[in-house]
Amino acid sequence: MKSEKKNVLELERVSMRFGGLTAVNDLSLGVPEGGITGLIGPNGAGKTTVFNVITGFYKPTSGSVSFAGQAITGLPPHRVCKAGLSRTFQNIRLFHNGTVLENVMTGSYVRQNGAWWECLSPFIFRCAAIEEREIRESSLALLDRLGLAAQAGVLSSSLPYGAQRRLEIARALATKPRFLLLDEPAAGMNPQESAELLNFIRRLRDEFELTIFLIEHDMKVVMGVCEHIWVMDMGALIAEGAPAEIRENHRVIEAYLGKPDDGEAGRCK
Amino acid sequence: MSNGTRNAILNFLAVGGFVYFLWWAPENLDGYKLRIINLIAINAILGLSLNLVYGMTGMFSLGHAGFMAIGAYVSALLVLTPGQKATMWILEPMVPWLLNLHAPFLISLVLGGAAAAFVGCLIALPVLRLGGDYLGIATLGFAEVIRILIANLIPITNGSLGLKGIPAHTDLWMSYGCLGAVLFFMVRLMNSNFGNVLRAVRDDEVAAKTMGIDTFKIRVLAFTIGCFGGGLGGALLGNLLTTIDPRMFMFIQTFNILMIVVVGGLGSMTGTIMGSVFVTTMLEWLRITESPMTIGSLRIPGIPGMRMLIFSLLLIAVIIFRSQGIMGTREFSWNWFFGDWGDGRKAKGAR
Repeated sequence: MKSEKKNVLELERVSMRFGGLTAVNDLSLGVPEGGITGLIGPNGAGKTTVFNVITGFYKPTSGSVSFAGQAITGLPPHRVCKAGLSRTFQNIRLFHNGTVLENVMTGSYVRQNGAWWECLSPFIFRCAAIEEREIRESSLALLDRLGLAAQAGVLSSSLPYGAQRRLEIARALATKPRFLLLDEPAAGMNPQESAELLNFIRRLRDEFELTIFLIEHDMKVVMGVCEHIWVMDMGALIAEGAPAEIRENHRVIEAYLGKPDDGEAGRCK
Repeated sequence: MSNGTRNAILNFLAVGGFVYFLWWAPENLDGYKLRIINLIAINAILGLSLNLVYGMTGMFSLGHAGFMAIGAYVSALLVLTPGQKATMWILEPMVPWLLNLHAPFLISLVLGGAAAAFVGCLIALPVLRLGGDYLGIATLGFAEVIRILIANLIPITNGSLGLKGIPAHTDLWMSYGCLGAVLFFMVRLMNSNFGNVLRAVRDDEVAAKTMGIDTFKIRVLAFTIGCFGGGLGGALLGNLLTTIDPRMFMFIQTFNILMIVVVGGLGSMTGTIMGSVFVTTMLEWLRITESPMTIGSLRIPGIPGMRMLIFSLLLIAVIIFRSQGIMGTREFSWNWFFGDWGDGRKAKGAR
């Protein structure tokens, strides 16, 4: 299946070192277009670092990242976003003093053509005024599709937790991405919410024609939604494959649970 | 009657009433009161520009006095006549190219603001890489550098002797006209999507970057606009007081504006205007506490500096009982005034 699809995101031998610590070691992976794929691994394996390298928050020590054939290695985050990559954060990062609608409208700014001073007069700068109104309307429509329309005027910080997660995704979608990175979308959700999340992620991919790449600890979510999974441990890739293969892979089990005969001795190393 | 119609009528009445007041005041109030009313407008302009930088975009800048100084000097040097300039430079002769430079008042205001914005932009490029308190200290330092430069560039600025005899161009119409223009600009800006972007940069810079916002560019832009406001306010102030010297633009000047912004509420434009009214009138009105008083048989001699003592107590009271300022981040609106609180934030820009 993988060979049929073109890879939209390619990481080529990416390493990220912080002083003496190697957070990501010689990682290469290609994410197929239109799929839902996952990156898993124990805590501290370097998953979020990979996301930060992809989205431009870190410049990799070596290696290259390319998106849709275009090199994005070391581009600043706002340029990466403009190229069509958007992300959410492990700990939700909303603009907490803004309303739900304002959060989504802020996401639209990257695709806005009018200059900032054109807001001064709607009579002289008609195009800018029309664009501004369109942004408001399309943001409301987006909120409607994600079931947040009723809370459009509410302060984003006063939303319940699950809705804040959805708002963060809505805001990411407002940048009109073709690739969405989700950093632990199920974190802090109860079993029922994470079950709903499965369908939500699939719906996102189909309705918005996205490629989705996610980090997740909740194995029900990962195994339920991902078509292909990469497993990291200690900064290196230890396995990849379909969910069923990953579940059987002894190196993955070792990474999560330790070796059966490792015991105390292994821990002291 | 719908809320919209009601608000339109009330806006019209409020603006009309205020214009009538501006027409009535010069005939019926003495010079001291007129000066305070002028100062309220100028302080409001300065407060609004600092609020754009600090309250809305979240850059803790303590350099406003420096930008005011640039605006005041540029404007004053342009409105002074060549004759006045020829007699004023005693220590060293004035540079010749400046002697015959002359511009009408309104143009000098714009150029004063533009000069401050230009310098502000130059300073912003290195300094805005800093954040938080470090930015405050760095801007404070640059403001002091500007002041020292002005005190020592004697052929241009007449040094610490200052400039005297600046024509008193700033009247109520001028200062409130400028305030109206600044307010219009700010309301349009903050209610547009660009306003959302500014607030986003303030609330979470990392998330703003992820949303494709070039946060550094936005910060430089907001800082530059804020500096324009500072220069404009300084230019108006110079033409109100008719005399300026470098000592006028010490840190205490920045502090007064910062106080207006914080008392009014960081991020609230109407709050800044209320803060300006409150702080400006209080600073003057509390002067009576410095004159000798007789309460019953108790005679209190005048204590210089007493008003600052009482004023600091008032400020402490504001901090304890209303730490977010008079308005918080909300804006005044008639809906809010009549108790349809709603969210309080949605109904912005009724004024």
